[in-house]
Amino acid sequence: MTVDAVAAARPVPEPGTTRRRVFDVGFRLVALATLCLALAALATLIYSVLADGAGRLSWEFLTSYPSRRASAAGIYPALVGSVFVIALTGAIALPVGVAAAVYLEEYGTHSRLARLIEINIANLAAVPSIIYGLLGLGLFVRMLSMGQSVLAGASTLALLVLPVVILSTREALRAVPGSLREGSYALGATKWQTIWYQVLPVALPGILTGLILALSRAIGETAPLITIGALTYVPFLPDSIWSPFTVLPIQTFNWVSRPQTAFLENAAAAIIVLLALLLSMNAVAIWLRDRVQRRRAS
Amino acid sequence: MRRWEVLIEHALRACALLSVATTAGIIAVLAVESFDFFRTASLTEFLLGTEWTPLFADQKFGVLPLVAGTLLVSSIAMAVALPMGLLSAVYLSEYAGPRVRRVLKPVLEVLAGVPTVVYGYFALLFVTPLLQQLIPSLAGFNALSPGIVMGIMILPLVSSLAEDAMRAVPNGLREASYALGATRMQTSLTVVVPAAFSGITAAFILAISRAVGETMIVAVAAGQQPRLTLDPRVPIETMTAYIVQVSLGDTPAGTLEYRTIFAVGMLLFVGTFGLNLVSTWLRDRYREEYA
Repeated sequence: MTVDAVAAARPVPEPGTTRRRVFDVGFRLVALATLCLALAALATLIYSVLADGAGRLSWEFLTSYPSRRASAAGIYPALVGSVFVIALTGAIALPVGVAAAVYLEEYGTHSRLARLIEINIANLAAVPSIIYGLLGLGLFVRMLSMGQSVLAGASTLALLVLPVVILSTREALRAVPGSLREGSYALGATKWQTIWYQVLPVALPGILTGLILALSRAIGETAPLITIGALTYVPFLPDSIWSPFTVLPIQTFNWVSRPQTAFLENAAAAIIVLLALLLSMNAVAIWLRDRVQRRRAS
Repeated sequence: MRRWEVLIEHALRACALLSVATTAGIIAVLAVESFDFFRTASLTEFLLGTEWTPLFADQKFGVLPLVAGTLLVSSIAMAVALPMGLLSAVYLSEYAGPRVRRVLKPVLEVLAGVPTVVYGYFALLFVTPLLQQLIPSLAGFNALSPGIVMGIMILPLVSSLAEDAMRAVPNGLREASYALGATRMQTSLTVVVPAAFSGITAAFILAISRAVGETMIVAVAAGQQPRLTLDPRVPIETMTAYIVQVSLGDTPAGTLEYRTIFAVGMLLFVGTFGLNLVSTWLRDRYREEYA
């Protein structure tokens, strides 16, 4: 703004000034167009999925078992499997992730061990998800004999999202004002009492926001679950953590891999359900984040 | 009371150490199974062989076709994601006002949050048919379409990390440039981008690592034919897609074919982990520069 004002106020333009300003405007437009192109790709993606799959969406589709006939097939076991696996993933990742974050943020802040763990977490966050699948296959499915169960899948996904949960929890803990801790100490509370009764309750909405965002990544994961051997055809509901399962992305992948158009429509409809699930999870996360920000502002 | 406190600290530390154990677990699982694999197959053949047919009667274990497929798709993805991501980052960091940024950034986050199997669907059923109208010789499964879609998927990562690096550049540098009469474009390209160079490079390298490890887009849309080629129009297979292919089949555990996925996984892990280390090192450097 100020720069433009200075340029406009200059009495005699130097040679080349007009050309430079034209370039500047052109560059700005190209950069903006690039961004719009990316957004257009997103819009096209959503439109093409809706156009292909909306016709297949129905109550029957949501509550039917998979079938060899595309028109009779549904996503009931996959939907239940996804919700089951994600809930268990959260139940594993939340306590472990919060505990690790509390240690790094409140206990071992400057120790060399903490630094090592930090570097390790940053690197783990960028390991391809399919590698976690191989870890889950070797460790949970074979070594710990969990088989291709809901528990094995959830454990694998929990390891996958742990770095995200730890990082977001640390941020939430860092946002808790130090005066709160000092006040608690002044009243004679121990370190753990301070953390448990003062710090964690204040940080809770932030922690949950991070957890939901991490789980919304996990719910779309396909590769690690295929690698641990999750089934692609499941004509029953998973009834315990030891039961075999499938999830929405795997069901989608299975249908996309078939040549018949009718199955491709099923895949598109399954994607719509998956995206709707994702959207509602994100909406909850954003609502929580907004609440935190408003409370801090007031 | 005191003992309780110490106990809790130990429990918390154990949870934090679980992340180190995860890394160790990944390396152990991959190493043990790969070791068994290389007792039968030769390491030289694996690294230098040009034919990959572990699922055929005539087994050949040359991983180069899978590596070539991975590099081909990743290169196409980077050719899309790098320029677009950098331009988006320049716009968001140097041009856009706070209001525009508040709208655009969440939308880019949505782009990053779409499940990869959805991108696979998009590549196979929308982008490939579209490209086939422009390039009639394009096969139904090819490297080009998943490469482009993968580029769009990675764009938000490049854009947001590069933007972080640019916003870390002190305003004094920009003001000095404006004071010398430079336009916004000149300031962006000749002052801000060079000053943020190590951070931007870190973003690029992390993006390459993400492209190399991406699985579902290629598993859906690139085909399953390992072949040593640079032709983006024909079906290929990447390292990740191969692991998916074997996992979906009914290869019994403990066989040589089963162990190939761990050997391929080891190669994938070493490659991406190396890239991640370089990226972290570069990012720490720019944090120091302007700390």
